[in-house]
Order: sequence, then C-alpha cells, then structure tokens
Amino acid sequence: MAGAAWVFAEVAPDGPHPAALELLTHARSFDEAPAAIALGPGAIAAATELGAYGAATVYASDDPVFAEHPGRPAAHVLAGLIEAEPPEVVLFAQTYDSRDVAGRLQGRIGSSLMGNATSIRDPRHARAEIFGGTKLVDVELAGPAPTLILLRPKSIAAEPTGGTARVVPVEADVPDDVRGARIVERNEEAASGPRLEEAKVVLAGGRGLGGPEAFAILDELANEIGGAAVGASRAAVDAGWVPYSYQIGQTGKTVKPEVYLAAGISGALQHIVGMKGAKRIVAINKDADAPLLAMADLGVVGDLFQVLPALTEEIRRRKGS
Amino acid sequence: MNVVVCAKLVPTGTPTLGPDHLVVRSGVDAALDPGDEYGLELALQLTEQHGGDVRVVSMGPDEAGQAVQRALAMGASRGVLVSDPSLRGADALVTARVLAAAIATAPFDLVVAGVESTDGYTGTVPVTVAEILGIASVTAVRRLEPSDAGARIERMTERGYDVYECPLPAVVTVTAGAVEPRYPSLKGIMQAKQKPVDRPSLHDLGLSDTTATQTVTAVTDAPTKAGGEIVQGDDAVGRIVDLLAEAKVI
Repeated sequence: MAGAAWVFAEVAPDGPHPAALELLTHARSFDEAPAAIALGPGAIAAATELGAYGAATVYASDDPVFAEHPGRPAAHVLAGLIEAEPPEVVLFAQTYDSRDVAGRLQGRIGSSLMGNATSIRDPRHARAEIFGGTKLVDVELAGPAPTLILLRPKSIAAEPTGGTARVVPVEADVPDDVRGARIVERNEEAASGPRLEEAKVVLAGGRGLGGPEAFAILDELANEIGGAAVGASRAAVDAGWVPYSYQIGQTGKTVKPEVYLAAGISGALQHIVGMKGAKRIVAINKDADAPLLAMADLGVVGDLFQVLPALTEEIRRRKGS
Repeated sequence: MNVVVCAKLVPTGTPTLGPDHLVVRSGVDAALDPGDEYGLELALQLTEQHGGDVRVVSMGPDEAGQAVQRALAMGASRGVLVSDPSLRGADALVTARVLAAAIATAPFDLVVAGVESTDGYTGTVPVTVAEILGIASVTAVRRLEPSDAGARIERMTERGYDVYECPLPAVVTVTAGAVEPRYPSLKGIMQAKQKPVDRPSLHDLGLSDTTATQTVTAVTDAPTKAGGEIVQGDDAVGRIVDLLAEAKVI
C-alpha cells in the first residue's frame, strides 16, 4: 500500500522537528513508502533526514512564505497536492504549528480530523488517551479521503531506516488573500542546559513553589545533577512565574526522561498527560493526598523548601567524596 | 471593535463517558470553560478601550445557556446559542461549521476563542472556523492591540514568542494567563438576565449536514501503574539519591 500515508513534517533551517521522524516511523507500520511534505526554509535540506527515517518521497519547498505566514499558506499548498493525488491519511504532530495547518486544511477539504492520537492502526482507525491517560478510546474515521490524524509527540520512538528520499519540488503558489497574519519579529529566550524534551532528568515546579524565586532552588539542583532541565506545571506558568516554554502537560511539552521529579505539583490530569511516560517519577508534596504522589515511584510527603536544598547538598557531598 | 467570543460549557468535575461513548453533558455540574474566560476578558478589555461590543456564541445542549449567561454576566452584551439534538456527538468539523455560521449572522472585527477546550483538547476548531469564514488567524495569543494593519499580536512559541501583524477580521485563540478574568458582579448577573440571547435553528443558519465523521468503537481502561513507595522526613533525601543513582543520572 504505497502512497497511502503522508506526513506533514515541520522543518526549520536547523533540521526537521523531532516529531516528524516519529510520524514517519509510525506511518511505516501501515505504509511501506510514506511521503513527507516539508514547507519552509530548510525543507530541501531536511529531506535527507526525512528519507533516513523512511520517507520515500519528500515534497519540499524552501519558500520563506511558509515561515513568514505560518499555517495558512501551508494548508493552501497541501490542499492543492491532495486534490491532485489524494492519499488516504495525512499525519500531523499535535503541536501548535501543525495543528493550525491541520485545522485550516480540514476547513478546505472537509475531511475527518482526529486530535491527540497516541497510535494509528490504519488511515481509518486510531486510538487516543483521554482523561489524563486513564481511558483508551478507539475511533473510526469516516468522510472523504484523506483523514487527518494528529499524533501526540513522543507517542513512539523514531527509528531510522537509512533510506533515501526522492525530492519533489513544490511550487509555492500562494495568492495574497490566503497568506493571512505575518510574523514581523521573533523572540527566543536564551536557553541554557539541555532542552526539556531531550533531558535525561526533568525537574518540574508547580504552585507549591509559591513564586518565581523558588525556581532558583530547582536550577541549583539541575546544575548539581548535570544534564537536567527545569520545567513547570501550567499553574506556575499561568501565574507568570516562568515562561510558557517551561510548561509540561496537555498544553505544553511532553517529556519522557529517565527521572521526572515534581516539586509542589498536585498532579492535574492535564499535567499527567505530559509526563506519565517518564521512566521513574519522584513527587514531593506537603499534601499527602496529592494525586501525583499516588502514581509516583517515590512519593515524598514533605516540605520542598527543606527536601530540595538538602538533596542538592547530598549530591554535592557524594560527588566530592 | 466588535468582538465575538466562542464559549463552551464543560463538565467541572472529572468527565465521564455515557453508554454511547460520548462525554456526559446533561445533568452534570458544568461551567463556562475556564480557558474561554481568558478570551472573554481580552474581548471585554478591547471593547472597553476601543469601543464596540462583545457577542458570545456557543453550541451545546440547552444547559450551554449557563455558559452564555456567565459570559453575559461578565460583560458580553448579547448571546447566540445553537442547540439541536442532532449536534450531540458533533465532531470538530461540524462544530466549526455551526460556530462559523453563528458568528457570521452579524458583522464582526475579531473572533476570540480559547486555545483548546478543557474537556476535548483538540484545539483545531478556531482555525477551521477561520478557514470557513475565509479570514486570518493567530493561535496561542498572549497580547493583542489594534494597529494600522489591523492588530499587533504576540503569539507564544516553544522557545519564546513571535510578533504578528494581522489583518482584520481575524480569529485568535488566547492562552491562559494572558489576562486575569474578572468575576461577574451581582449587578452583572442581574443585568445578564435581560440581555438578548438568539437561538437560531440549524435551518436558520443554512446548515443541513451535521453528521459526525467519527465513531468511538471501544473504550477501555488504560493499564494503571501501581503506586510506589511513600516516604516522609529524614529518609526522603537518601531515597531520592538512591533512585537517581539507580537511573544512572548521577
């Protein structure tokens, strides 16, 4: 069954989004030769890596219109490609950028769209986890081809095939009236240490930290452990203590570290979705009834303002001896 | 600036599924989605500063009238509620078609919605509405102010934020924490009862096909992870260090 599955691959000048490689890996379970669609600066260069993860064909355009006007031009071009030769399914990552493209595309072609999938059996059948991952829901999709399925990042591990993709250049024919909003300025926070999604150890703070200052305690511990990244619950982000880029959960990032240590996070369902895949979970909370304590491998009922500094000190002491 | 706010009624407790595999929405405690209150607050602030009024649009069972009432109590001036038994189990596309049609019943400059609902989390309906209406959109917005080009908008990204120039009319989704939603005053609650709420039928909106394209075929419990060890007091630090060492991260 070749040509059945397309993957919408987010790309940047520094390469494809890691989720694109996961999508290709997953697409191969029901299509031996999936295609990838990569639009924006870096797309043609990204085709090498997309091919190495199983894309037989990469439809690519380096045109800056896709980066300057996120979402709408990509959906316009995708709709054109689909009209010419419709696949059976288009897979997207459940990220802000990809789901904007998927939502736009659905409005154009009237296909069925399923969000938050965690596995896909075939173009018409997928599974999602709901209620914080406590229930599994199997869904059947009807309507015109292709179906549009959004897969949560980190649902499966990306595996290379060592293949090579055929690159098909795509014409960026985007009329002014479908360009929409334009980016005029980009601001990136200075990042130090590993990225949240890639760190072996994630230290996350929640409402229990009481304010922005307490994140310094987590920074210090991260520093002492080395290779650790600091994240936060939605409550801490909404309170303005740390930027949105820290947020772990349904809205925000999905992490799967070796160790996840949550301090002062009660464990709302929307948070658990973003971290339950961690290999080991440690939760520190003064409230013995906090739901996260019940699902932790190690639950500490105690005051994080005592436990965390003592932990930093103990790791420093062991390293010194 | 006339602003339309999309509002959804969501269960306040842990949602449950009925025998039809759909979220139980009648006879349960429910409220205006907290995610929608941020968009509503932004809309109220924009109209207070720049003139115009706020219209709230909702689709749902009769109970969704509560979400509309809450929005009216917070300061919206009129409501539109689309309620029809055939919409039970509506998917993202049907929802977007209904909202787009309801929004288009009167002129507007801006449509504001939450980033995603607190019960479904699909997060695509607002951009699909924008596509159906043929207008621009920006999602995950934390700030918006009118500008010569339409609006200057800050959008959250994975690594920071981007600034957009956006033509109007447009659809935006507003992140939690962008603004602090107000509480309705007693006066607001009393006044809300006098405010007009239109209840157009699907026929009025020119919609005929509202068949959902998705069917839930099975719901199963996810394998649960057994709880681990609970420690208190002086043991805690030593046990955490042991775990970190076992994981070979220190």
